[in-house]
Amino acid sequence: MEFLNYFGEVFSFINLITLIFGTIGGILLGAAPGLSPTMAVALLIPFTFHMPAEQGLIMLGAVYTSTIAGGAISAILLKIPGAPANIATVMDGYPMAQNNQSKEALHYCFISSLVGGVIGIIVLIFFTPILAKFALKFGPSEMFWIAILGVTVIATFDSGSVTKGIFSGAFGMWIATIGTDPIIGVERFVIDPIFAGGVNIIAALVGLFAIPQVFSLIENKLNESDIFQMEKRKLIDSIKYNISRVKALTVGSVIGTIIGLIPGVGGQIAGLVAYDQIKKFTPTKAGRFGKGEPDGIIAAESANNAIVGPSLVPLLILSVPGSPTAAVLLGGLLIHGIFPGPDLFTNHPKVVWTFIDSLLVGQFFMCIFGLYISGLAKYVLKTPVHYMAGIIVVLSIFGTYSVQNSFADVIVMLSLGTFMFLISKLGFSAAPIVLGIMLGPIAEANFITAKLIADTQDGILLYLLNGPINQVMIGLCILSIAYGLYGEIAKRKIR
Amino acid sequence: MKLYFALIKKLLIITFAFLMTGMGIANAKYPESPISLMVSYPPGGATDFQARIVSMMSGEEKYLGQPIVVINKAGAGGKVGWNWFATKAKTNGYDLAAYNIPHFVSQSIVMKDVEYNAKNLEPIANWGADPAVLIVNKDSPFNSVKDLVNFAKKNPGKVTFSGAGKFVGHHLAFLEFEKSSGAKMTYVPHKGAVAGLAAVKGGQIMAGFNNLSDAYRTKNTIKILAVADLERDKDFLPEVPTFKEQGYNVSNASVNFRGFMVRKGTPKEVIDFLAERVPLMFSDKKVANQMKAGGSPLKIMTRAEVQDMWAKREVSLKELLKGLTAN
Repeated sequence: MEFLNYFGEVFSFINLITLIFGTIGGILLGAAPGLSPTMAVALLIPFTFHMPAEQGLIMLGAVYTSTIAGGAISAILLKIPGAPANIATVMDGYPMAQNNQSKEALHYCFISSLVGGVIGIIVLIFFTPILAKFALKFGPSEMFWIAILGVTVIATFDSGSVTKGIFSGAFGMWIATIGTDPIIGVERFVIDPIFAGGVNIIAALVGLFAIPQVFSLIENKLNESDIFQMEKRKLIDSIKYNISRVKALTVGSVIGTIIGLIPGVGGQIAGLVAYDQIKKFTPTKAGRFGKGEPDGIIAAESANNAIVGPSLVPLLILSVPGSPTAAVLLGGLLIHGIFPGPDLFTNHPKVVWTFIDSLLVGQFFMCIFGLYISGLAKYVLKTPVHYMAGIIVVLSIFGTYSVQNSFADVIVMLSLGTFMFLISKLGFSAAPIVLGIMLGPIAEANFITAKLIADTQDGILLYLLNGPINQVMIGLCILSIAYGLYGEIAKRKIR
Repeated sequence: MKLYFALIKKLLIITFAFLMTGMGIANAKYPESPISLMVSYPPGGATDFQARIVSMMSGEEKYLGQPIVVINKAGAGGKVGWNWFATKAKTNGYDLAAYNIPHFVSQSIVMKDVEYNAKNLEPIANWGADPAVLIVNKDSPFNSVKDLVNFAKKNPGKVTFSGAGKFVGHHLAFLEFEKSSGAKMTYVPHKGAVAGLAAVKGGQIMAGFNNLSDAYRTKNTIKILAVADLERDKDFLPEVPTFKEQGYNVSNASVNFRGFMVRKGTPKEVIDFLAERVPLMFSDKKVANQMKAGGSPLKIMTRAEVQDMWAKREVSLKELLKGLTAN
C-alpha cells in the first residue's frame, strides 16, 4: 500500500499544473491525425531535461494516457483515427455520429477509457513483480502467433465482404514489406529512393483514412448522411448505460491489460482484438456492430487505455518496454538517472510512486477534460464542409511530415489516400489494409528470428508448436477462424 | 512639408545603412540563427537522446551562441537520414548531423544505394563511445567467455547471439569474436539494442552483444562477460575484463562512436569554428552530469582525432567485412 503515501506529491502545485496541462494538451494532440502518442511523448522528452524527475515523468505519463483517448475524438467525428490505437473506435463511433449520437459516442469513449485505464494501473500497482516474469516469456514464436491471431480477424473485421477483407489485408502486408528489411537488411520494392525507409505506419494510417474522407466530403457536399448534428445527451444517462455494459468493459480491459504486458505489441492491436472479441461474445448483437453499436466503442476504448499501466510493468522491472510509447518513455527515465530494474522501487520510491499515482489521477483528469472537450466538439460539426476538408488536408500533411521530417512520407500518404478513395468505390475499406501494414512486419520479423533460432535447435515446426503459450495462441487462432467461417455459413443459410 | 520628406528620407537612409552593416556583421559572424542537427534514428533511441543532451547547452555565448534543434530522419538503419544528409543538406554550417561509427562506414562498404562515406563528410567532434559487451542471462551456465567458447566448440552453430541488426557494432563484435574463438556460432539480428537485450533476458537467445550503457543499466538481471574494447571501462564496469585479457583477439573496431559532422563543402572557417567550440560544449559540466546520470559513457575527441579514427575504421572494417555483402 506504499503507493498511497505519494498522492500528496501529485497534488503539489507544480505537479498538478503539469498534470492538467499535459492531459489537455495530450487530448488535443491525440485528436490531430498523425500525432500519435509515441510521437507526442518523444517530442516532449527534451522539455523534461530541465525539470525535476517527478515533474518530467508526470508530464510524459499524462500525455501518454490522454493522447490515446484523444485520438477517439477525430475517429468518431471525422472517421479519421488520431492514432493506430483508435482504428477499432471508427468502426462503430462514426456510424453513431451519423445517427446523430456523436455526443453519446464521445461520452462512452472517455468513460470507457477511464475504466480501462484505472484497471490497467491497478494491475501495475499490485501485480508488477509477478507479471514481469510473464512478460519475458513472449519470444519470437509467441509474438508470431499473436500477429497471426490478429491476421485471422482482418477478414471479418469490417462487416462486408470477407473476400475483399482478405485482399485488403494482403495488400496491406505487401505495403509493409516495402523498404529495407529491419532484420536482414535486404531492400525490397525500393523502386525509388523515397521508399528506402519503407512506408511509415502513421503516413499510411493518415492517408488511408483521412484523404478518402476529404474526397467524400467534397463529393457529398450536399449529401445529408455525412452532415450531422450533435444531439443533446445527458452525461448521467451515458454513465448509467456505460457502467451497465459490464461485458464490453471487462472484455476490453482484460484484453488491453494482457496485450499491454506483452513487449512490443502495443495498443494498436489491443483495440482491434477487443473489438473483435466483443463481436464474438455477443452473438445476439452480431448484426449491429459496424452500424453504431456502443459496445464496439466501449470495448475498443477501454482496451487501448488499459494497456498504459501494464505496458510499464516489464519496463519498470526489466527495462523491457511493453509498447512503442513505453520504449520512448524509457529514454525519459534514463535522462533523469532512473534505471529500471528490480530495485527501482527501493532505490527511487518517491519518483516511481509519484509517477504511478499521477497516472491514476491523470486517468480521471483525462475523463473529465475529455468529456468537457467533447461538449465543444459541436463546433467541429458546425464547421462548413469546405473548410473542414481544407483543415483535414493541412493537418494530415503536417502530421505526416512531422513523424520523421520527410516529404517522401507526405507523397506516399497522398498517393495511398487517393488510391484508397478509388478502391473504396469498389467496396474496399481502409481498416483491413492498415491492419495488414501493422501485423505483417510483426509476423514476418518474428518468423525470421524464430527460424534463425530454431535452426540451431530442432527446426522451425517444433519451435513454433512447442510451449504452453504457443499452444494457447494456436488454439485461439483456430477458434477465431472457425468462428469466422461459422458466421459466414450461417449468413449464407439465412439468405 | 518638404522638411518632413527630407527627414523621412534621411531616416530611411540611416535605417538602410544600419541594416547593411548589420548584415555585414552577420555574414562574418556564424552562427546567426538556430542550427539543425539531423539524427538518423527515431526519437527516444540512444543516439537521439544523447544527441539532445550534448547539444542542450549550445545556446550559451561561449559555445555556439545559438540553439541546436534535433531533427530525426529515421529509417533503414540510419541509411535514409545519412543519404539525405550526404546529398541534400546545406553546406553553410546550419545543417549538422550525428554520425554513428561503425554503422555508417560499414554500411558504405556493404550496402547498395549508399550515398555517404567517410570521404564526403567532415567530422566536427566526438561526444561518446559505447563499446559492445558480451552478455548472458543471469541463470546461464556460462560464467566466462571460456565456458561459452568450450560449449560452442562442442556444439557448432548452437550458441545464439542477439544484437541490434546487421553490420552494426554488435554484429562486427560478433564476427571478430567468432573468428578469434574458432567456434561456429549463430548471430540473430534484432530490431534495436533493447529488443536484443530483452531476448537474452527472456532466455530465447543464449548470449548477446549489446551496448555497454544498456547492459550496465540492467546489470543485475544479466551477466556481463567481456568488453569488446582495448581497455576496461573504468567508470561503469571496472570489474569486467576485455576480450584481449581473456585471450581472444577482439579489437575496438565495434565500439560505437557518436559525434557531430557536416557535409563536405562547408567553408573552412565554419568547420574551424565548430571544431573549436563543439568539444568545449561537450565537456560542459551539465552535459557531463546528465550523460553520467543516463549511464552513457562520454568520450570527447577533437576533429583531428576523429579524422584519424574514421580513416582507421575504414581500413579495419573493409578487412573484417571482406566477402560479406548485404546481398
